[in-house]
Amino acid sequence: MKQQLTWPLRLAAALITAVPALAWADEAPTLNSGDTAWMLTATALVLFMTIPGLSLFYAGMVRSKNVLSVLMQCFAITSLMTILWMLYGYSIAFTDGGDLQAWIGGFSKSLLVGVTPASLTGTIPEYVFMTFQMTFAIITPALIVGAFAERMKFSAMLLFMTFWVTLVYAPICHWVWGGGWLFADGVLDFAGGTVVHINAGVAGLVAALVLGKRRGYPGTAMPPHNLTLTVIGAAMLWVGWFGFNAGSAVAANGTAGLAMAVTQIATAMAALTWMFAEWAMHGKPSVLGIVSGAVAGLVAITPACGSVGPIGALVIGAAAGLICFISAVKLKRIFGYDDSLDVFGVHAVGGIVGALLVGVFAAPDLGGMGFGSGNDSIVAQVMVQAKSVGVTILYTAVLSFIILKVLDLVIGLRVTEEQESEGLDMALHDERGYII
Amino acid sequence: MKMVTAIIKPFKLDDVREALSEIGVQGVTVTEVKGFGRQKGHTELYRGAEYVVDFLPKVKIEVAIPASLVEQVIDAISKAANTNKIGDGKIFVHDLQQVVRIRTGESGEDAL
Repeated sequence: MKQQLTWPLRLAAALITAVPALAWADEAPTLNSGDTAWMLTATALVLFMTIPGLSLFYAGMVRSKNVLSVLMQCFAITSLMTILWMLYGYSIAFTDGGDLQAWIGGFSKSLLVGVTPASLTGTIPEYVFMTFQMTFAIITPALIVGAFAERMKFSAMLLFMTFWVTLVYAPICHWVWGGGWLFADGVLDFAGGTVVHINAGVAGLVAALVLGKRRGYPGTAMPPHNLTLTVIGAAMLWVGWFGFNAGSAVAANGTAGLAMAVTQIATAMAALTWMFAEWAMHGKPSVLGIVSGAVAGLVAITPACGSVGPIGALVIGAAAGLICFISAVKLKRIFGYDDSLDVFGVHAVGGIVGALLVGVFAAPDLGGMGFGSGNDSIVAQVMVQAKSVGVTILYTAVLSFIILKVLDLVIGLRVTEEQESEGLDMALHDERGYII
Repeated sequence: MKMVTAIIKPFKLDDVREALSEIGVQGVTVTEVKGFGRQKGHTELYRGAEYVVDFLPKVKIEVAIPASLVEQVIDAISKAANTNKIGDGKIFVHDLQQVVRIRTGESGEDAL
């Protein structure tokens, strides 16, 4: 059995064997306490990535008058997505949708009815699996915050996220991980290059375009107000990402070990690559550059971490560092859009780089763990990868656009010019981040 | 009585304070300010976005002194704050009409 596909197949087996009448597997998996202990930990690590990892990473990059607004958005998204996931999100992502199974799950586990402490997903309790997946459903919308920072209405943001996680995140999650149609194609997306990063990155670009540029962009100086926060946040993301990537093995085993090792290698390589590229191009290496490089590497290795070896990780890291550097530093300025914190430049571009390169470096000859089921060559795998990337981009772009446009018509997305000038912290929350 | 105001480079503050102490000036008010004169700004770079920063951080020192000390104070500050580079700053001297010590109510030169 190909190692990198262990967990989706085990998940499918677990779902099927959970219904006694349909049980046809020779042996139902039993609870493994090693796997469970790790997955409990991984879940905490991934939650930590959002609060406070991503929160601080973003908060430090905005102007001081908006620092709380970013923290508030991330914290509120964490809380809201938790409830939505429990109410119906988990169900529509991970249950069998019957006739619609290729596209979406059903409502059989709404409110988590039917899940008990004894329910298993593979070798871990279903409660743990559900919560682990919940942390992914939390961080993906939180990523988008970076694209519309400093100008979106809080109420509109809450509504957007509600519709987005329901209509965009959960379906794509189902297609890739919940037994839907992309999974069936043998696509390799171990921890969410498409589901999380390309998805959020493209939605971010759409949001940046629909909301428009910040007042004064690009002529007015809007430097990061506190890069020390950003570095702290980036470091928390790096550490937490072990939960994200190695946790996607849904087991404490060799694959998790592989994921951990290649994650570290790719990230370090990407950080150094961005740092050297910036040093060469601008004359000095920067702190914002090196941490952005690290995040780009983390993003790019995400889909690949169960399928590539260390050498593949080196190449993926270098590619992500360089390509994301160019896209964040040059692309934005060429096209003139205001993706405030480079959500598209780092997450979408990094995700695409990783999602395509895994098709190459999964090859055993290149140190990889083998192609996805049904594919037998680099070309075949890359085609499948490209298809999944294309589909994700198209679906999220179109639906995100529709949701945003409708919300704009109904309640308006953007704060007033006066509120934007005053700063969202005072204007929307009556609070100041720093009273010095 | 005179009020001497000096705009200096921030890292020179300790040197100037010591120099003033040596000539017997014990009280000083310090403010952090921004400004520019002939010293050009610098550029900062964040993910490819270049920002030209015209205003440079400076420190403003104010000392209230008897008129007899003016030349010594100017001399002390000039020597201590000098780096021979553009942006070293300037010294301004104003007439001081009245000075009062709040705790005791003393006024005039007794309050300096």
